[in-house]
Amino acid sequence: MQNKSKSGIGAFFSRLVRQQYFIPLTALVLLALFNLIADPAFFKISITTNSAGNAVLAGTPITILDYGSELAILAIGMTLVTAASKGQDISVGAAVAIAGSFILRMLCGGDSSSSTLHMPIICAFLLGCVVAMLFGAFNGVLVAFFKIQPMIATLILYTAGRSIAAWFNNNELPIIKDATFSYIGGFIPGVPIPTPFFIAVICVIVITLVLKFTNLRLYTEAVGINENSARLNGLNPAAIKILSFVILGLCVAVVGLIKVSRVSSINYSVIAKDIEMDAILAVALGGNSLSGGKFNMATSIMGAYIIQFLTQTLYKYKVPSEALPAYKAVVVILLVVMSAPTVREYFSNLMKKMKVKEAA
Amino acid sequence: MSKNNSSAQSGGLRGKLNNMTDTNMLLTITIIAFFLMYIGAMIFLKGGFLRTQTFFNILNANAALIVLSCGLSLVMITGSIDISVGGVTALITMCCAVYLDNMGGNVAVSVLIALAIGLAFGAFQGALVAFLDIQPFIVTLAGMFFAKGMTTIVNSNPFNVSNESFTALKNTRITVPGMGFVNAKGIYVDAYVEIGVIVALLVVIVMFCMLRWTKLGRAFYAVGGNVQSALMLGINVKKTKFLAHLLCGLLSGIGGYVYFLHSGNGAVTNAAGAEMNAIASSIIGGTMLTGGVGNIIGTFFGVLSFSTIQNIVTSAGLDEAWWTGITKAVILCLFLVIQSIVMSRKKK
Repeated sequence: MQNKSKSGIGAFFSRLVRQQYFIPLTALVLLALFNLIADPAFFKISITTNSAGNAVLAGTPITILDYGSELAILAIGMTLVTAASKGQDISVGAAVAIAGSFILRMLCGGDSSSSTLHMPIICAFLLGCVVAMLFGAFNGVLVAFFKIQPMIATLILYTAGRSIAAWFNNNELPIIKDATFSYIGGFIPGVPIPTPFFIAVICVIVITLVLKFTNLRLYTEAVGINENSARLNGLNPAAIKILSFVILGLCVAVVGLIKVSRVSSINYSVIAKDIEMDAILAVALGGNSLSGGKFNMATSIMGAYIIQFLTQTLYKYKVPSEALPAYKAVVVILLVVMSAPTVREYFSNLMKKMKVKEAA
Repeated sequence: MSKNNSSAQSGGLRGKLNNMTDTNMLLTITIIAFFLMYIGAMIFLKGGFLRTQTFFNILNANAALIVLSCGLSLVMITGSIDISVGGVTALITMCCAVYLDNMGGNVAVSVLIALAIGLAFGAFQGALVAFLDIQPFIVTLAGMFFAKGMTTIVNSNPFNVSNESFTALKNTRITVPGMGFVNAKGIYVDAYVEIGVIVALLVVIVMFCMLRWTKLGRAFYAVGGNVQSALMLGINVKKTKFLAHLLCGLLSGIGGYVYFLHSGNGAVTNAAGAEMNAIASSIIGGTMLTGGVGNIIGTFFGVLSFSTIQNIVTSAGLDEAWWTGITKAVILCLFLVIQSIVMSRKKK
């Protein structure tokens, strides 16, 4: 654009629109305004005593913080996978079931109603990480070496995942009676803020440091933008793609731990259901291109919390949880249509025509 | 096949294999695999597999899948994908069930409803994919979730349809002459197929002819093979892609109704994972995910192989719920890898 057009409200607005923060912030403001006008009680936070006898914060904003954190952790991995492989992993829900089931199996040691933990929680979690990362690597190998489109490749685990999860525990539903295990998905005594939020904060700090001090961002974006030139510059595109899937696997294991800790048990067909849609939506809402390349981690994480905001708003209006995907699908379609190159070109042409008219 | 085998410079089986086109090679593998598997099952598992009705039951249960797979093969040949077919099928069964039972509608209109829903999804998704250049995956994933969500909005509880003219249609059995068997009591029982099978076979024949002998069918292959060359040939690429999605939508409408005819109920869980089964069947039948390669006859045998494997797994005693999911995934994985290897070998 020319220099002189930078002044004026119109130019300021068009610059604002081009910012990546624009889409998530607008969505946030719209949702907040809508809830504020419809029912200010939506934002009420109160102090209640939970079943364990701790004073904890309660209210919709806390729920958003709580459940949005799971999504934020997944969004970290999904953003990397999207950037590197130009596709999305639709098996995250099933992989969460696998990781959760495996952690439970390790904790109860095959006895579905054992009263003592079979091994320390941290050991079970680390083993769960290894398993989830292996499944991530499986997806990654299919994508990187066999050149299968990510969504088709992950369709395999999407179908088999919940079956594998049930198989780990012989289709039984182990129950963990240890109280400390429920702290992870609930509240630590004396702390009124849900633990998943702290876990998400840790994950965000880790990924920020990794992106700052390593070349992960540069390499991932290079592979996503042009695989061939990345290879000619001495990168190994296959390894980087697999790495992104493995990192997603790690995120999945963390979410799996939180999910099974919430109920101290597991329900194979319900756990993390439709979460893949939310994770993809978080990435798209963060203004990241779904066809790979440059990415912005901060907006993806914001996107995750906004999705949870949307979910809670829909719940408030008595939308049953099974019907939620229909509304979210509409949001996805709107987002991808808005960010489609053809549509953008059409609108920028329209703007130019209007400017020409103004000038004349 | 024969015209490709005749080149003189390469002899032996390896040479022959090298000269076969992708479609023919994958098709041959599938058909041979299917017959080997079925004969193997007849020899080792005996039991049901020796009865002709078992084969027809596989057809009865998978008629809908055959129709859905034909639709998926079409979009895959065009180089696109549609993972909404399972969701659309569930939505169709629920809408038709509600219409027939709660509103007392008639059967002919319910067929039209099914086709309209399928066409609407096909047209909308096709428009987004073809004219706005949005990744087909995202669009149809959203379509799948939208359809599943809508199904629960229409009615959240599964129920069986008790409409009389519908149940009459559902229970219509068409006898297959000369294929009957003598049961344990020594009485001769005729083998039968349901109406859905006839519909599915008609769809297979029509689609096969369309792909092979019409301008549109050749355009599908051209667009899937190479968009640039298709443009240079003067093919309207966008329109072709749109039509592929539209046809797939229409076929998911037909497939949805065939499913409804077989199951006779409306439920959200209907056709769960059908998109994956249909994609797997198409891939097993030799349709390439990269586009431009595929054959409806292959898809037909793909469905048969895929469902026969499942039947074998259950008859072999592995009938716990999780085995079905795992076997399906393993088969899909295997065929995807085979395809990928075939493709990379061809490039060399």
